Amino acid sequence: MKTFIRATGNISPQKTFGSEPGASLLQELVIQKGNRLRCAEPDYLKYIDAKFIRRMSRIIKMGTAAAMECLHEAGIKSPDAIVMGTAYGCLEDTGLFLKKMVEQNEEMLTPTAFIQSTHNTIGAQIALLLQCHNYNNTFVHRGLSFESALLDAIMLLEENAATTVLTGAADEITDYSYAILSRFGLYKKGSIANTDLYNTFSRGTLAGEGAAFFLLSNQASAKDYATLDALYTFYKPAGAKEIEEQIAGFLKDQHITAADIDIVITGRNGDTKGDTVYSELEKTVFEKNTVINYKHLCGEYPTSTAFALWLAASVIKEGSLPAVLEKSATSKIKHLLIYNHYQNIHHSLMLVTAC
Amino acid sequence: MYTKSAAVYVAGVGVVSAIGNDTASCLLALENETAGIGHITSLDTIHKNIIPVAEVKLDNRQLAAATGLTPSVSRTALLGMMAAKEAWNDAGISHQNNLRTGFVSANSVGGMDKTEAFFTAFLKDKNSGRLKDVANHECGAVTELVADALGIKNFVTTISTACSSSANSIFFGARLIKHNILDVVVAGGADALTKFTLNGFNTLQILDKEFCQPFDENRRGLNLGEGAGYVVLVSERVAANIKEKLYCRLSGYSNANDAHHQTASSPDGAGSYAAMKGALALSGLQTTDISYINLHGTGTFNNDISEGTAIQRLFEPHYPKMSSTKAFTGHTLGASGGIEAVFSSLAIKHNIIYPNLRLQTPMQALPFIPERVFQKNVNVNHVLSNSFGFGGNCSSLIFSKY
Repeated sequence: MKTFIRATGNISPQKTFGSEPGASLLQELVIQKGNRLRCAEPDYLKYIDAKFIRRMSRIIKMGTAAAMECLHEAGIKSPDAIVMGTAYGCLEDTGLFLKKMVEQNEEMLTPTAFIQSTHNTIGAQIALLLQCHNYNNTFVHRGLSFESALLDAIMLLEENAATTVLTGAADEITDYSYAILSRFGLYKKGSIANTDLYNTFSRGTLAGEGAAFFLLSNQASAKDYATLDALYTFYKPAGAKEIEEQIAGFLKDQHITAADIDIVITGRNGDTKGDTVYSELEKTVFEKNTVINYKHLCGEYPTSTAFALWLAASVIKEGSLPAVLEKSATSKIKHLLIYNHYQNIHHSLMLVTAC
Repeated sequence: MYTKSAAVYVAGVGVVSAIGNDTASCLLALENETAGIGHITSLDTIHKNIIPVAEVKLDNRQLAAATGLTPSVSRTALLGMMAAKEAWNDAGISHQNNLRTGFVSANSVGGMDKTEAFFTAFLKDKNSGRLKDVANHECGAVTELVADALGIKNFVTTISTACSSSANSIFFGARLIKHNILDVVVAGGADALTKFTLNGFNTLQILDKEFCQPFDENRRGLNLGEGAGYVVLVSERVAANIKEKLYCRLSGYSNANDAHHQTASSPDGAGSYAAMKGALALSGLQTTDISYINLHGTGTFNNDISEGTAIQRLFEPHYPKMSSTKAFTGHTLGASGGIEAVFSSLAIKHNIIYPNLRLQTPMQALPFIPERVFQKNVNVNHVLSNSFGFGGNCSSLIFSKY
């Protein structure tokens, strides 16, 4: 079954949100130095009622605004289902409540941060703003949080339990999470520009964040960006050989070959060890493909594939690769394949096709 | 390929809660009407001896010994493994026969019990705190500790919708089978008591300082609990070979949102009404077919009147037997839907109804009274299990005799 991507809303470190009609995709590249890419936040008053904004943390605002923009673009007041993915949930509120609990020795605590720390807060706030009583779910499975949400959405559409599903992902970097994840060695030491991400040949990547939503439907419309033809995930593969076999098996199931894929979007993130997975594939399965990367645009985070899906859908809608990616397609773009792995634990594949 | 009519069966159950470390001991406590609520012993908190909780009566070392996990991992993983392993062994399905097997779990705060220990040192100095205490902070990381120990690899995911989390994981698991993506799914959830949740609920002023009294006119709030509950769901093809193992069928499920308030339920229970109605519609059953409702029944003023009103609107004038087992186990948050799915499956298998402990004065606003004593030899054909949570997330499951 084809899943139609009717609309998107994407808040990221790049200028991806609420662009003027007719503006081309990723006209310019936002360059940030350091090793932590921050989202460019919009004027939330355009998307969320002021009395709600006051209480919302940054990730709740980003998630909710991205969802509202997506619905606005789709021309839909309220969807048949809302399905979210987030690996970390609402970290700012979680950290705030923890800090006060420790520093105030469990005394004089107030409920707001606790209430909003719950992982389903964004999905719930969207439902509340829309007065949407329909199916509402939140997946919290690390590097497959967004993929799990997408799978749920696709299944709902196949079941005819819904004809429109608002699905997306949101994850934020906070000072606490950045400090902790840095100690785990996730990020590059010292400052680099995101444009140099693939040229450092060192351990670690850039911290990233983002909130992206999609209006998915089992019915075609004149507005559609593309179709999501297939989604597949696998967990802790034994090695390079299994990864190759999984990808080959996926393509076979979709009755296409690597030669049919016009562009492959990989999750290369600048970490020498993790990137060998992609390098190996570029010598084998994807040897003849045009391969592009996206993590210099949004940084690395467990739900970054939501950014990748936005990029894939937008490239198909635009009909060409944006100049900032410094690559061009050799043919008309019909099939785009996203392949990402998160720390070589969670692997996912998405096949996106022109309508 | 989705087959709407494909049946999904419960072939194994596993539970650990304040009233027992396995299914048999939980059943015995339910029959003997023994609650598991008491003073706090496991948490280092100022609320000790003031706020009662329902603790699992095994410490982390004992849980580790019973499960094979290391005692330093999150208690949520230890509890999860305890119940998931029991369920897996109960179903007796082997990894050998090329079945596509998944683990769909749920929890509300992941490895928070370890994270809060880390934070005390971390707040003083960003380079302090043992990193291994935050290595499994994420909800999904806790799930993977259990999935890896069970040897399940084909599909692993985690749902977190507050107190309805594991009801959602169970029905997501059933849908994966109906879509022919998996043959076998271990589904449910786990949550350990943490200072984070204890203090969080305390700020909301919904914790009872005495033993909770769900659906009582004079109810004062809920008691937090901990534990885990899992069911092993199997496809028709798998079920055909293990007929003697089957407990029941998962015949209906639904998820709706109250869209009223981030933490409070609407007065008329719009979300819970829609969840129950949706589950009935999917199962093709009438309200009069339901033998027993395992209530969400937290014991808070707000939940019980909202849930009760929704039941009245949907079931009037014929009310099935009903009770909240949270008077035994406390409210186990992300585990409650899993634990109560196990209790619901056992009610069908053994034809029993659980009592709503400590019900003294029935709620005046409601035309029905939950059951007060344990009952045997009742024909239990269809059980409706409710799980409602923060964020207006409401889910209902229906288990049926096969």
